[in-house]
Amino acid sequence: MIHLFQFQGDFLAYDSESQALHLLDEIAWSVLAAYQENGGHRPDAAGLDRLARRHGPEAAECAAEIDQLIQDGDLFAPPEQATLAQLYPDGARIKSMCLHLCHDCNMRCTYCFAGTGDFGTGHRTMLDESTGRKAIEFLLEASGDRHNLDIDFFGGEPLLNWPVVVALTRYCEQRSRETGKSLRLTITTNATLLDDEKIAFINEHFKNCVLSIDGRPEVHDRMRPDAGGHGTYDRVARHIRSFVAARGDREYYLRATFTRHNLDFDQDVLHLAGLGSQVSVEPVVAPAGSGYEIRPEDLPAIEAAYERLAAAMLDAEERGEGFNFFHYMIDLSEGPCFFKRLKGCGVGTEYCAVTPEGDIYPCHQFVGIESFKMGSVHEQPVRLDPAVQAQFAHLLVPDKPACNDCWARYFCSGGCAANAWFATGRVDGLYETGCRMERKRLEGALWLEARRKLRQAD
Amino acid sequence: MKHIKTVQKACNLKPLSGHACGECQTSCQSACKTSCTVANQKCENRAR
Repeated sequence: MIHLFQFQGDFLAYDSESQALHLLDEIAWSVLAAYQENGGHRPDAAGLDRLARRHGPEAAECAAEIDQLIQDGDLFAPPEQATLAQLYPDGARIKSMCLHLCHDCNMRCTYCFAGTGDFGTGHRTMLDESTGRKAIEFLLEASGDRHNLDIDFFGGEPLLNWPVVVALTRYCEQRSRETGKSLRLTITTNATLLDDEKIAFINEHFKNCVLSIDGRPEVHDRMRPDAGGHGTYDRVARHIRSFVAARGDREYYLRATFTRHNLDFDQDVLHLAGLGSQVSVEPVVAPAGSGYEIRPEDLPAIEAAYERLAAAMLDAEERGEGFNFFHYMIDLSEGPCFFKRLKGCGVGTEYCAVTPEGDIYPCHQFVGIESFKMGSVHEQPVRLDPAVQAQFAHLLVPDKPACNDCWARYFCSGGCAANAWFATGRVDGLYETGCRMERKRLEGALWLEARRKLRQAD
Repeated sequence: MKHIKTVQKACNLKPLSGHACGECQTSCQSACKTSCTVANQKCENRAR
């Protein structure tokens, strides 16, 4: 399947099956559209005649070039097939965990899916070291022969439980040495409690650190006040500057959420790029009626923001001031394999979340929803509820009919199951607003890739 | 070519083993936490 699109005045064609990407002139783009309308085949004589009348003799030149690319497998490549059994012959293994260090937070972000820390439970809790160790042991056991395991220290705000962060970090490193497995640690924090000691510890032990900040001061303070209702931008930005200065070239992300209050979020990305070079900005997940949720009528403004952002990134790179935007990072030649692209995040079968109480859920987004509780690390041996897991086991792109008509399916793997569930009541549903945003982000990423390659060729 | 510049040729994403190895990072663990994009994940299968 090919996707023809225009971005910043350029004409592009992307072949979803082969990942081939082409920049075209306007005539070739028009001729290729005729091939697309004809099911990927050369238009018949009448169709070619119409193209010749419209574009002159260059239409035939374009058709010859397109024929060559089809022959080489760079256009209209046939779809690959795969089944769940092919994906993991020995079965999927839980190998990634979102470990909730606490269900408490010192901030009161308006949009917090975690109910400002307590996940809607009405009581605020801390993970104790014993439960944390059981969670780590569960991961080591459940992962079978997988070598690379990932744990994200999450919350609430995990730095509120700093002694347990330190203790469990050291336990992970001990168990990594003993088992020979690679236990890679990430921590997600609102940065308010960072100090020199914590920054040094995170930099020494954590593969990645995600720091939450929403962008421009007024945007950040509107949605991310502290528990007393005061703005937090100044403190957060000061701590992030210290963190970034000490982090060096190790991985981190300044991670923002945008809402319908800041549909010009490209300005927030640029603001964040002034604080640090690795930025991720995500649309809010919010119920209809909240007042800040993304609505279908917001999509044109959002798409325009993504387009401006890509152009601004290219300009920044040409000035030698480039930065990374998470969703504009793609590797068309050596990215994830075909199977990973069909399966996506592995919610519930490769990925899970563990609460301070030791309860296991398919992912952090489902925490607190009783019907999605999969088990407990306190139960020995840990037994995951097969009925809950079964809902996620078959989340494979070929099993989602709407995705089979979408060129972006190998990039998003069918999207986020939690987003789909909140939007449609089904984990295999389609969150159409999210799909629109994802497709526009991918167009931006593809355009940037094309422009960068052209620059290298020059 | 005069009218079309290919900036990325077709590539084979199927591993030689014929199945996934399961060693790559879970996409939601990196930075997105809800905007699933796997394309920016790295392949960690050195045998591919």
